[in-house]
Amino acid sequence: MEAHLDNMEERLWSYIDGTAPRAEVSAIEQLLIDNAEWKAKYGELLEVNELLRSSELEEPSLRFTKNVMEEITRLHIAPATSTYINKRIIWGIGLFFITLVIGFLVYGFGQVNWSEKGGTSIPFDLGKVDYTRFFNNSYVNVFMMINVILGLFLLDRYLANKRRKFREES
Amino acid sequence: MSTGQNDNEIISQVLSGNQQAYAALVNRYQSYVFTLTLRITKNREDAEEVAQDVFIKAYRALADFKGNSKFSTWLYTIANNTCITFLRKKKLEIHSLDNEGVFEVADSQDSGLRANLVEQKSKVTMVNSAISLLNPDDAQIITLFYKGEQSLEEIATILGLETNTAKVRLHRARTRLKEKMEKHFSAEVRDIYN
Repeated sequence: MEAHLDNMEERLWSYIDGTAPRAEVSAIEQLLIDNAEWKAKYGELLEVNELLRSSELEEPSLRFTKNVMEEITRLHIAPATSTYINKRIIWGIGLFFITLVIGFLVYGFGQVNWSEKGGTSIPFDLGKVDYTRFFNNSYVNVFMMINVILGLFLLDRYLANKRRKFREES
Repeated sequence: MSTGQNDNEIISQVLSGNQQAYAALVNRYQSYVFTLTLRITKNREDAEEVAQDVFIKAYRALADFKGNSKFSTWLYTIANNTCITFLRKKKLEIHSLDNEGVFEVADSQDSGLRANLVEQKSKVTMVNSAISLLNPDDAQIITLFYKGEQSLEEIATILGLETNTAKVRLHRARTRLKEKMEKHFSAEVRDIYN
């Protein structure tokens, strides 16, 4: 019963809001002619809709605009984000991390002995994995080195930009 | 004064260095933004502080407004995010007022308004009062739809939802509002229905 009422209200609200598809509008209009329950509910919801439309906006204090304008006199409009966010850098960072994850996965799966028969269980004991082997590996060292170089490169770019802006402003 | 201009014209003026033109936008939208923040924060002082913050943030970020949506939609998105941040900062618990214990508190806080309502028998006051008894999410979506002049698609953008989800939320908010009115303003509602 409640579900029926909820469905009826939902359909009627769509009709009142004007968001119902054309076929649905015709169906609801027919129901409003034939069905007293639908008609009564429609009248009720229409009243609520009118009440909501008649609700009033709240007014802030009279000094509101003055306060905002006083605050913004001390501020500057920030440059549009598109002017200082380089999409190529974001894509580059994304690509780097994807490569890193793929590298680790390939290396990890390369360590698994697939020929060993162990049913459906994992073919090695996770508790006995020697993690020092992974972090003393030359591949890992290369990845770490790339990471550090990339970090230094980005830091250099950031400082160079900052220096340039400082010079421009002064 | 540039009040006769449309939003985009005023924004162009502000972006080209006429800072004072921004006052026209503040005047135009202050009531909308304040109503929205008041219905979320439930406190006039906080609402005014948050609303001012919204206009200051909008000014700072004005260069990012590309005109792909209405200025009001963009502004309400900032208002929504600022309110969320404010509520988190104040660590206010967003209680559902369906919880009767919480309702009693809200009810007592609202007694002045309700006394006024009985005296005036004003429909408008009753609706505003009933909206103030809703939880912030419900009050916000109702305000955006009925007073913010936003379509369901625009509301979905502001709240970061799918249009259908916004539609369902609006439907539920109206149902809860109707329940609140029938429960707490039954005499007035009967007068309206009859």
